[in-house]
Amino acid sequence: MQALLQFGRNGLRQQAQSKYLSQALRGYASKELTVRDALNSALDEELARDDRVFIMGEEVGEYQGAYKITRGLLQKYGAKRVRDTPITEAGFTGIGAGAAFAGLRPIVEFMTFNFAMQAIDQIINSSAKTLYMSAGTISSPIVFRGPNGAAAGVAAQHSQCYAAWYSHVPGLKVLAPYDAEDCRGLLKAAIRDPDPVVFLENEILYGSAFPVDDTILGKDFTLPIGKAKVQREGKDITLVGFGKMVGYNLEAAKELEKEGVSAEVINVRTLKPLDRETIVNSVRKTHRVVCVEEGWPQSGFTAEIVATVNEECFDDLDAPPERVTGAEVPMPYAANLEAAALPQVKDVIRVAKRCLGR
Amino acid sequence: MSALLHQLPSSCQGYAPRPSVPQQGLKGSAPQVQCRPTRILSHRTLAQAVSAPPAAPEKSKGKDKPKQQKSLTPEVAKDLYRDMFLGREFEEMCAQMYYRGKMFGFVHLYSGQEAVSTGVLRAMRPDDYVCSTYRDHVHALSKGVPAKNIMAELFGKKTGICRGQGGSMHMFSAEHNLLGGFAFIGEGIPIGLGAAFGVKYRKESIGLEGSDQVVASFFGDGTCNVGQFYECLNMASLYKLPIIFVVENNLWAIGMNHPRATGPSDPNDTEPHIWKKGPAFGMPGVLVDGMDVQKVREVAVEAVARARAGLGPTLIEAETYRFRGHSLADPDELRRKEEKEHYAARDPIPQLKKAILEGNILTQDELKEIEKDVLAEVDAAVQFAEESPKPDKAQLLENVFADPKGFGIHEDGRYKYQMPGFSSGNSALV
Repeated sequence: MQALLQFGRNGLRQQAQSKYLSQALRGYASKELTVRDALNSALDEELARDDRVFIMGEEVGEYQGAYKITRGLLQKYGAKRVRDTPITEAGFTGIGAGAAFAGLRPIVEFMTFNFAMQAIDQIINSSAKTLYMSAGTISSPIVFRGPNGAAAGVAAQHSQCYAAWYSHVPGLKVLAPYDAEDCRGLLKAAIRDPDPVVFLENEILYGSAFPVDDTILGKDFTLPIGKAKVQREGKDITLVGFGKMVGYNLEAAKELEKEGVSAEVINVRTLKPLDRETIVNSVRKTHRVVCVEEGWPQSGFTAEIVATVNEECFDDLDAPPERVTGAEVPMPYAANLEAAALPQVKDVIRVAKRCLGR
Repeated sequence: MSALLHQLPSSCQGYAPRPSVPQQGLKGSAPQVQCRPTRILSHRTLAQAVSAPPAAPEKSKGKDKPKQQKSLTPEVAKDLYRDMFLGREFEEMCAQMYYRGKMFGFVHLYSGQEAVSTGVLRAMRPDDYVCSTYRDHVHALSKGVPAKNIMAELFGKKTGICRGQGGSMHMFSAEHNLLGGFAFIGEGIPIGLGAAFGVKYRKESIGLEGSDQVVASFFGDGTCNVGQFYECLNMASLYKLPIIFVVENNLWAIGMNHPRATGPSDPNDTEPHIWKKGPAFGMPGVLVDGMDVQKVREVAVEAVARARAGLGPTLIEAETYRFRGHSLADPDELRRKEEKEHYAARDPIPQLKKAILEGNILTQDELKEIEKDVLAEVDAAVQFAEESPKPDKAQLLENVFADPKGFGIHEDGRYKYQMPGFSSGNSALV
């Protein structure tokens, strides 16, 4: 166990060193960072930068994070800034909200956003509305973060996407990173932001590695909240998504390219405030759009995108906007049913082709 | 992953009685280990527990054993041993099947805690209710759900008790009054209380004389910090509902040690005592050795009788331990070897075996026969699960609404569920 703690404490540095070493051996190969390490390093740097920042939640300290996102932070910053809480979502989220009112900058980790339902009152009634209710006198600089959406085989109560829920609420900012760049830039921006931010991660992506450069690894690298990214340029059709679905859309774009279709992929990054301009500009160029999300269709996040496109560039459309979403059922456990309940790359391709009239 | 298997206390692999670890030696070798002293309180009646909470913990386990325990009848002994042995073997088989990729997601095993499930549920009637957590396989077994249907559920097969729609954490059986495995902490407590409310309502407001079921509500030490626990203790007491709250205190809420999460209930206490919260809400609070099925059973029989007689709820804290990590995905790095050994030495299954043989209740051969029978049942469950078909794709859209009109009306005026191919299921909107 001692050895494991040791790894926790020095793991990141050792990993980083061995990475640099192997890169030196390989020559000019680009650097890679996993989503887990991107989140961990962002937390680490922001804890170091501002002593008002602290992290609280279940298993964030001694256990090193249920998904090891907070690995090594307890050893570095101590139990007062990396605080293990009992299993009391409403309780500790409320404490976080109050601490933010009192001038601290809490980061509340939910083991999964499914559990945040037990603290929905603290997130919406306490955190999102207080600035307004107090006529701008009490602000709530707090980050709620954790994995959101479907993992694998964890069934109905652990597999829900809350993007639509939170992005409905005035007063909240809602971010959903896809790759390592997003995780570092958006999480650091969220922690520095003066408003309550809901930060929706994806468990499946935690272990995925993405290329990064020195800018992204810089201590002051942040991404603007409220700005989408054109992840891949194209001219025939626009694929819009956030989080894990950006990866699916990129895969679909690659497949479509083999058939001569040039697809543009938009990584929404910030669900609220939504960057309507980037989406609309892309649709004006391609004239077709497919919106993809893992959540349920009715009142879903993609419904908002479709509405936006219809409102702002209806005349530019050559085909009705399309959606690919999760099936409107509680997540089944059986693997075959689970796969059927979630969007797959082949669904994106099929619907994109339908939108293209192919 | 396979490393996990090697970390297990050896008691998980066999049931030979082990010599108990002396308390002194344990303290001497690792003073920082927070092992609870063994407390045997089941001999206190519930009435005594309310009026005079035990003053000092009893340090010696052996002292009061011979005179306190009533001997079991051979039938009861067989039932208890069979149920506990089945619980253990089933869970150990689950671990194997999980590592072979036959089941997936989160799988939380019950190994080590069998005396609680068996002690409580085998003392109840088949029509009594049980409400469980995500660690629910063994509660379902004790309640009488066939092992093969639980295993098939874990394999994600059509023949599972929830047709593969529930999975490990969501075992439900209307036939067995199993109200569910609930994955959220504290979620099941008001559900169980609602069932108890229903029993009383049917009797008093509808006049159904036979409505006298009792609800057993299981949850862990970590759950006792959740608001729903306190809200429900209050309402159970307020409405005098027929429920027993069974806290399976296994000392760890994933990686959070119980005393790190829960404060004391008395200014003079230096450690938390969940059972003391009972009297604060006007109900008996009892602490019982949850590694001793006979003691658990004795407490449960009394609490169930109270509830059935209309005398209201009881809070039982069963001191127990899980022999494996929180789930099969848990690296289990925080629990000390000494602590695990301490509890492995109190493994409830060899304890019961020893008591049965020493009391000449059953013979070695009779116990062997039970073990053989259980092993065959578990093997058959795996074979059944393996050979069962996957759910049909059409199942995806079934059970979302009791009335499929709930899916709404299609553009052409028909209900959506009436459209050809509707239930073929596809994630893309049609």
